[in-house]
Amino acid sequence: MPVKVMIPTPLRPYAGKRASAEFQAKTVGEALGHLTSEFAELRKHLFTEEGKLRSFVNIYVNDEDIRYLAKENTPTKDGDTISIIPSIAGGCTLPRNAHRRTKA
Amino acid sequence: MATTAQPHTGAKPAATLSNEEILRYSRHLIMPEVGMEGQLKLKNAKVLLIGTGGLGAPLGLYLAAAGVGKLGLVDFDVVDFTNLQRQVTFGTSDVGKPKSEAARVRLSNLNPAIQIVSFETQLTSANALELFKDFDIIVDGTDNFPTRYLVNDACILLGKPNVYGSIFRFEGQVTVFGMPDGPCYRCLYPEPPPPGLVPSCAEGGVLGVLPGIVGSIQAMETIKLILGAGDSLVGRLLLFDALGMKFRELKLRKNPNCPVCGTNRTITKLIDYYEFCGVRGEEAPGPSVQVPEITPRELKSRLDRGDDLFILDVREPHEYQICNLHGHLIPLGELTRRVHELDSSREIVAHCRSGKRSAEAVDFLRKAGFRKILNLKGGILAWSDEVDSSVPKY
Repeated sequence: MPVKVMIPTPLRPYAGKRASAEFQAKTVGEALGHLTSEFAELRKHLFTEEGKLRSFVNIYVNDEDIRYLAKENTPTKDGDTISIIPSIAGGCTLPRNAHRRTKA
Repeated sequence: MATTAQPHTGAKPAATLSNEEILRYSRHLIMPEVGMEGQLKLKNAKVLLIGTGGLGAPLGLYLAAAGVGKLGLVDFDVVDFTNLQRQVTFGTSDVGKPKSEAARVRLSNLNPAIQIVSFETQLTSANALELFKDFDIIVDGTDNFPTRYLVNDACILLGKPNVYGSIFRFEGQVTVFGMPDGPCYRCLYPEPPPPGLVPSCAEGGVLGVLPGIVGSIQAMETIKLILGAGDSLVGRLLLFDALGMKFRELKLRKNPNCPVCGTNRTITKLIDYYEFCGVRGEEAPGPSVQVPEITPRELKSRLDRGDDLFILDVREPHEYQICNLHGHLIPLGELTRRVHELDSSREIVAHCRSGKRSAEAVDFLRKAGFRKILNLKGGILAWSDEVDSSVPKY
């Protein structure tokens, strides 16, 4: 049984609109490598140009944050779920051009 | 894990409920988990809502109904028609009115026994600490990164809980930050994404019921904090997927190196959050790239003149169904693999809803060797304003 990668809504347009994808992978880094080779447009949303995970994207293996495990070297086993959790800001209070206003 | 929020010192806390209050809150009072003691805690609690929109609507309604003694409402915005699909505090007759005041009137009608204060102002680094200091709990119902980091940092500096909720299309996130020993927003996300990488609600859309559910969970967490009951979401990020109708939770840890709540703090006062989030006044968010543009009026006159222009629409198919300029549709996300559909020898005008996505498309196509390509300035919204008002705005 492979590793399942959950793709969050904001990133689905760059992943063929898929909600999840499955790969054979021994580490988190390997799974994300497979994911971004299959969906090349995802790469810039997950990694910096230097290939580092972006700081506003958190990766979890099951319910644990990989920053507190072995980061991208965190081992995965069959049946694990990797979640990509980007920061979202929505609450829909402000109009679409609110952030255009100069700061007070 | 749950901790009772300490009532603000100053006015003497209420020690009794009136007979009217006892009747009003009877369904609380007969529950042992609330009872007279809990209802008095609610009556003495002071909660500040940042934002009275989608999340703020159920928050305001339920917290007022529950008898939270003092509710503060911070919002600088006015009600518009696009709000009514989800911001259920407001009615059609509120369109054009300031949100904080319209919400105050609605909530006062719901519960005249509580104090409701509206602050028709934008939360800033200059006023946040002053606004927060009179409240026990801060509830974050905003929709932008600068304000989220500002709310977080101000809560940490003042030692106040921050009940956090966030939504996107049909997904929500809820947790409680800012409790002693609990993580803060910066522990979870040390930095915001650069502007433009993550779409806002206005760009991404949101299912109207979703903020109702997420805001209601925030209201529940707020009440639990006040009562000191149950297990709060401190240290847990609750994820809600409305389409799959699934709840999941992830562990949140306090980051010992967190710049605002860690052991070696580098942030000890409020900073410029617009600069921190890469949003600088009038420049932002706008198109992140500078590309050649054409105004809607210029485009109209060139089309009327019979110029051979190829209109490229980079929005999504469901947006094309709302309104279109009869352009060739290639969603921005598909452009790289469908670029062969375009003829680089023809002059192309790319457009989207507001001009932002099409600026990215123009930038990409220029890098791919297209020379005769322009971005429609202001997108289909500006076309509706300046050329053809029969085109609906969305």
